[in-house]
Amino acid sequence: MAKETGIKSWKELTPGIAITNPGNAAELKTGDWRSMRPETDCEKCIKCGQCYIFCPDMVYSKDADGYYVHNYYWCKGCGICARECPVDAIKMVQEVD
Amino acid sequence: MSKRIGIEVSIALADAVGLCDVDVVAAYPITPQTHIVEHLAELVAEGHLDADFVPVESEHSAMSACIGSSAAGARTFTSTCSQGYALMSELCYIASAMRLPIVMAVANRAISAPINIWNDHADLMYARDTGWIQLISENGQEAVDLSILAFRIAEDQGISLPVQVNLDGFTMSHVIEPLMMPEAAEIKEFLPPFKPVLRLDPAKPITMGPVGMPDVFTEARKAQDEALKSSKPAIQAIFDLFAKQFGRQYKLVETYKTEDAETIIVAMGSIAQTAMTAIDAMRARGNKVGIARIRVFRPFPAAELVEAVRGAKNLVLLDRVTAFAGGEVSGPVALEIKSALFDNGLLPKVGNFLVGLGGRDVTQQNFEEMVERVTSAKNGDLPAYEFINVRE
Repeated sequence: MAKETGIKSWKELTPGIAITNPGNAAELKTGDWRSMRPETDCEKCIKCGQCYIFCPDMVYSKDADGYYVHNYYWCKGCGICARECPVDAIKMVQEVD
Repeated sequence: MSKRIGIEVSIALADAVGLCDVDVVAAYPITPQTHIVEHLAELVAEGHLDADFVPVESEHSAMSACIGSSAAGARTFTSTCSQGYALMSELCYIASAMRLPIVMAVANRAISAPINIWNDHADLMYARDTGWIQLISENGQEAVDLSILAFRIAEDQGISLPVQVNLDGFTMSHVIEPLMMPEAAEIKEFLPPFKPVLRLDPAKPITMGPVGMPDVFTEARKAQDEALKSSKPAIQAIFDLFAKQFGRQYKLVETYKTEDAETIIVAMGSIAQTAMTAIDAMRARGNKVGIARIRVFRPFPAAELVEAVRGAKNLVLLDRVTAFAGGEVSGPVALEIKSALFDNGLLPKVGNFLVGLGGRDVTQQNFEEMVERVTSAKNGDLPAYEFINVRE
């Protein structure tokens, strides 16, 4: 769990919490900030990739069929993808436990 | 071999920094620190010191430049005081949290208002909680020696923290004193080349000073606090190494005639020398008085101080700063000492005096008055602190 969330003991921190492995933001689970998640209706999706382009994180990637799929590990639920989708294929739905 | 010379303390300190082969000096002039940076600028301009002198536009920029230069792996020095320190202070927290071994000389001066360029310890206390190691000199020799020691302490890989060398403005910075000036070869032997724990290097990119969210901020602070805590024995070990090479032994807390003393004065900086003269005079009259002087204020040497004052019935605690706490608790130095006494179950009679504010002289007679005030007072009669030498 500690590794998944990037949380370390104070003893393991580098001096001044310097980041010595570039790009390690990818390890940080930002998905648990989310209160709403995007869901894509593949019937409406035209595979244009606007969601992938506008996502400020790294949530979207192309699958074998050319659809853009979510990785909720990073999705903060900002809703930019749903706002930008030209065919309203993405809906924001409430996260419920 | 070291040579005994007569020299202005500021010039000697700047020469010592030059002999430490500093790489970058970024500083802005402010009275009474001016001679230190002027002389370093001269050394660079005249080709005696192979360093970059960055004539920044403010103290805020001075510390910013120092942070960048130290992060890049350069041995870095600056100097300031008073309002200048106040202006750079937000960066000082960052320098220590980033564990950058910058050395800064502070020619201690009061903080306005009223506008005042003379000595007290307002800037020293302002810096108290910034996470820097704070060394306090008593005379010119110490100002020089502690400057050399500051680089050795700061750059020790187990410490890697910035260090302040405090010297009283004017009463030390502008006084010509006889002192032993170490030679470059001796310093070179004592002070190894700067090897940073981490540094900015295009070949191996790292991020220094990143954001620390609530999930890591506490851990970052804990790690920084541990670094400062563990620096205390390391500082004494480096003082001992210095003694082996230069023959001058320093301690975290220095004592004079405390062994059998019934009354002990606790002070910092140059007034301790006047206090020793006063102690000799009082002892000649049969009054058993001694002094404990704090040479390292951060990390605070509580155990050493408690050991030094353990046998005393009366303590005269001096603060060279105004305590605006509302009158019911003591000044900052006395507060720390009282806290250490409490933790050790000691309850001597304590008087706390605010002395030497904004350049006011503290005389031998003042010391005798303070000692008399505490020894003759009944327990519980002394206020949390009082001004001395103040016109009613």
